[in-house]
Amino acid sequence: MKKIYFLWLRQIKRYLRSRSRIIGSLGQPLLFLLALGYGFGSVFQKAGEGNYLNFLAPGIIGMSIIFTAIFSGIEIIWDRQFGFLKEMMVAPMSRISIMIGRTLGGATVATAQGLIVLLISLLFGFHPYNWALIIAAVPIMFIVALLFTALGTMIASLLDDMQGFQLIMNFLVMPLFFLSGALFPLQGLPKALSIIAQLDPLSYGIDALRDLLIGISYYGLGLDILILSTVTLVFLFLGSYFFKKIQI
Amino acid sequence: MIKVNNLTKKFHNFVAVDNISFSVNDGEIFAFLGPNGAGKSTTIKMLTTLLSPTNGEVIINGHDPVREPDIVRRTFGIVFQDPSLDDELTAWENIELHGVLYDVPDKLRKERAEQLLKYVDLWDRKDSLVKEFSGGMKRRLEIARGLLHHPKIIFLDEPTLGLDPQTRNHMWTYLKELNKNESTTIFFTTHYMEEAERIAQRIAIIDHGKIIASGTSEELKSQTNTNSLEEAFLALTGKNIREESASSTDRMRTARHRWRR
Ligand SMILES: Nc1ncnc2c1ncn2[C@@H]1O[C@H](COP(=O)(O)OP(=O)(O)O)[C@@H](O)[C@H]1O
Ligand SMILES: [Mg+2]
Repeated sequence: MKKIYFLWLRQIKRYLRSRSRIIGSLGQPLLFLLALGYGFGSVFQKAGEGNYLNFLAPGIIGMSIIFTAIFSGIEIIWDRQFGFLKEMMVAPMSRISIMIGRTLGGATVATAQGLIVLLISLLFGFHPYNWALIIAAVPIMFIVALLFTALGTMIASLLDDMQGFQLIMNFLVMPLFFLSGALFPLQGLPKALSIIAQLDPLSYGIDALRDLLIGISYYGLGLDILILSTVTLVFLFLGSYFFKKIQI
Repeated sequence: MIKVNNLTKKFHNFVAVDNISFSVNDGEIFAFLGPNGAGKSTTIKMLTTLLSPTNGEVIINGHDPVREPDIVRRTFGIVFQDPSLDDELTAWENIELHGVLYDVPDKLRKERAEQLLKYVDLWDRKDSLVKEFSGGMKRRLEIARGLLHHPKIIFLDEPTLGLDPQTRNHMWTYLKELNKNESTTIFFTTHYMEEAERIAQRIAIIDHGKIIASGTSEELKSQTNTNSLEEAFLALTGKNIREESASSTDRMRTARHRWRR
């Protein structure tokens, strides 16, 4: 337990010490909120869908979580390159505990990043329909963060250098984000797109956040939570499996 | 304490460790002497659960690193050849994390950490981030960290590479005391003849993945009718020992090239 806590703490310290990373990773969500939130605002309103910024904010929170989480998971490649992975891999603790400590740390960081984006969107005029439910949104953010940190860990365990990283960003993270309904409503989508969205776990995360923050949901909160938890467990399991197989 | 039978490691078609067998007794100081690229690090990685062998058997303190890695990991400590510190943590935090991962009780951890950091002359820099350290300082921290918990076996992979003579002496003094007081088994690799000769009770000479001779340095000398380990080595391998030239990243790069071909 103590070991898991210290591995978690390590991730937190690394996060707090990389101010430039925190600030740098806020640029993109900010840009999306400003450019899209204000840019598409009037079109969205005219289409009778209400306030676009309000609709968009949960999507952008989801975006910052998935980016930070996958990145945290993939950081294992850095640990490998800088050698610290060896130190962890010979330590007398189970691979599962190493994986859990790291994943909890990465997920905490990603949740923090999501909360910062939530605060920023409040500054830009986002207003949740029920302030109390913001508290309930935090555990959802954490599950989403856990899910994608585990996915990142799994991917990192299969790669042995940074060369695959760009590929993953372009062919996995970007599609997961763009096809999740973060930017558009899931109602009335073409069949193909709608099926793809249903296969995208982020889609359920953002749907759950919308349910709690603006009171709109497509799948329903119950289904969202069920799917998110199941997929998270599967990814944690797969992540541990592949992590265990790492050879140095 | 360590038993190795017909151990082989292949990286694709390249044989890095070629059917080696040896054993190290409880409480012994044993050296693996060989030039760069001989297969020393690869052997250590197989003994310490980081790599699985292509063939052969390893027994560490009665257990197999492949089948019972968690038990084996409890019996040893290791100082790696390549860096393995977390650059974003301070020297103290690196040591602390290590102590926690190896179940060293808090009080003992603090005492030993202070003693060791003073030993390697890093006590006043304990709160600096490791990324601000020079190569030599990192190396010293690495050694201090490796000695923090007192395991049954200590593996040291080219521990003195890039160390100043003073730290080198401190390190060997500390290790010899550990060996005497707690009968810690010490397995180290080196390409310095004099170090192997002065420190080790028994030596195995390894080249191109094969053990070509082993015994005490006296035995090696009499086997080859020579007066120094250096000459013995020359007689056995037909060449002077090559200095460590390629850095590990270079080696990874060449390894990768070989791979892609
Ligand atoms: N992961 C790897 N993939 C391919 N080749 C490797 C790998 N690790 C080591 N080698 C090769 O195996 C040989 C032995 O390396 P190593 O055990 O590091 O030697 P030493 O520690 O004695 O200098 C070298 O030729 C090295 O290039
Ligand atoms: Mg080596």
